[in-house]
Amino acid sequence: MYSETVMDHFTHPRNMGEIPNASGTGTVGNAKCGDIMKIDIQVEDGIIKDVKFKTFGCGAAIATSSMASEMVKGKSLSEALKLTNLAVAEALGGLPPVKMHCSMLAEEAIRAAIEDYMAKHPEQP
Amino acid sequence: MSRIYLDHAATTPMDPDVLNAMLPYMGARFGNASSIHAEGRNAQRAVDTARKQLAAAIGADAGEVYFTSGGTESDNWALKGAAFANRAKGTHIISTPIEHHAVLHTLDWLQKQGFTVTFLPVDGDGLVKASDLERAITPETILVSVMAANNEIGTLEPIQELGALVRERGVLFHTDAVQAIGAIPVDVREWQVDMLSLSAHKFHGPMGMGALYIRKGVSVERLVHGGAQERGRRASTENLPGIVGLGSAIEKACGGVCENAARLTALREKLIQGILSAIPETRLNGHPTLRLPGNVNISIRYIEGEALLLRLDMAGISASSGSACTSGSLDPSHVLLAIGLDHATAHGSLRLSLGTGNQLQDVEQTLAVLPGIVESLRAMSPLYTRG
Repeated sequence: MYSETVMDHFTHPRNMGEIPNASGTGTVGNAKCGDIMKIDIQVEDGIIKDVKFKTFGCGAAIATSSMASEMVKGKSLSEALKLTNLAVAEALGGLPPVKMHCSMLAEEAIRAAIEDYMAKHPEQP
Repeated sequence: MSRIYLDHAATTPMDPDVLNAMLPYMGARFGNASSIHAEGRNAQRAVDTARKQLAAAIGADAGEVYFTSGGTESDNWALKGAAFANRAKGTHIISTPIEHHAVLHTLDWLQKQGFTVTFLPVDGDGLVKASDLERAITPETILVSVMAANNEIGTLEPIQELGALVRERGVLFHTDAVQAIGAIPVDVREWQVDMLSLSAHKFHGPMGMGALYIRKGVSVERLVHGGAQERGRRASTENLPGIVGLGSAIEKACGGVCENAARLTALREKLIQGILSAIPETRLNGHPTLRLPGNVNISIRYIEGEALLLRLDMAGISASSGSACTSGSLDPSHVLLAIGLDHATAHGSLRLSLGTGNQLQDVEQTLAVLPGIVESLRAMSPLYTRG
C-alpha cells in the first residue's frame, strides 16, 4: 500500500532527533488521533541550517516528517513556508488517500516551527 | 527467511486435509443438492455428512444447524431474524460494547427499525457480569447477544452462566462464537444458547463459509429469501465445496481442541511474560487467565500500532493492531476504549494471535526482535522522554 520511497523514509528516517536550544519548535497533532509531529529548526541568517523531527504516528506520518525535513533543510524561511502537503506527498511517490492527512501534519509542523522562530525574533523581516 | 504468522484471529491457513476433502467437489463430484439425479443425490449426501460433523462438534442436532456465507451473515441473521420474529413480544435487545462490528452495526440498524438496545458495561478485563445482565432484562426484552470470546483482547465471557440466567427469564440468547470454535470446547446445550454463529476460515476451513445454530423450536425470520434450501430457512444453492470444507475443518479442530489449547496457552504465557518483562511501560489487555489460548494483546506506550506492524512485517512477523491507522477510521479500537484505555495507549496496541502452526521458536524469535523495534520507534516518538 505504501510506495518504495515511503518505506525507505519510514525505515531510514532522515533528520530524526532533536536540536538542543532550537531556534524554533513546532508541535502539531494529538495523541488521541494517533499522530503527533514535533519539528525543531536551527535558523541562521534567515536560512534553515538544520532541522530535526520526532514523530508518534503511523508509517506515513514518519515518512512525511522525514521527507518534509529534507525539503526545507537549507531553504530560506520564506521558501520553507511555501512547502505544501501535496509537494511532500508527491516527493514520496504518492500516499494512500486515507493517509493524506499525515502530509498535512508535516506542512503544519514546519509552519508552526517557523512561526515559533518568528515570534521569538520579531526583529526579523 | 521463513515468515512467522501471528494473526490467526484474522484468518487461518486452510488445513491440507480440508483442502483435499473439498477438491473433488470443485471438480468431478459437482452437483446441485436440490437435483433428483445421481449428481444431486451425491451432493445432498455430502451436505448431510458435513451437517452431522458440524452438529456433533458443537453438541447440537443436525436439524439445528444452518450453513451460511460466514460469521457476518450468521450474526445478521440471528439478530435481525430473532428481533423481527419476536417483535410482538417486545422490542428490547441487550448486548455489549465489545462485540464484533457484525453485531454492533446490525444492532445500529435494528435501532433505526424501532428496537432499543442496552449495552452492558464490561470491566477492565472486558468481562460482562451476570448481575448487570439480570438487572438489564425487562419484560420488553426479547434477545440477548454476548460474544463467547473477544476477537481483539481474547477475553472469554461467562456464556454458561449468562445462558442459564437468560433461559430462566424466557429470553432468547445468541452468542457470536467465531473466535471460540476450535480454540475452546463449545457445547450449545451446556452453554444454554438459542443461537450460535461460527465461521469456517477461523479454524482452518475455507473463507466465505459459516453456520448458524438455531435451537429447535426457536422462531427466527429469514434473512435470505428464495428457494427451499436449508429446510426453507436460508435460500441459495448450497456451497458444496465450502460446506464439505466446513464439516471437515470443524471435525478436526474440535477433535483436537483440548491438546491444542494446552499447547497454545503455554506459548501464549511465554510470549506475554517475555514482552512484559523485556519492554518497560507495556500492559496486557484482556483477562489474564480467562482468555483465548492463542491471544496476546499488549499496549506499548509512546508508539503507534501501524508503524510497529510495518517494522514487524519487515522482520518477517505478521501481527495486528487496534490503532486507528489499521482500522481505516480516526478512532482506535472500540474494544480497547470500552475496557478503559485512553486513546494514545489504544493506538499503540499489538495483537499477536497464535495458531496450530506456531512453535516455540516462533515465540522466541518474536521476543528476540520486538524489544529492538519498540526501542527504535520510541526513540523517534516525541511522547517518549526517557530515551
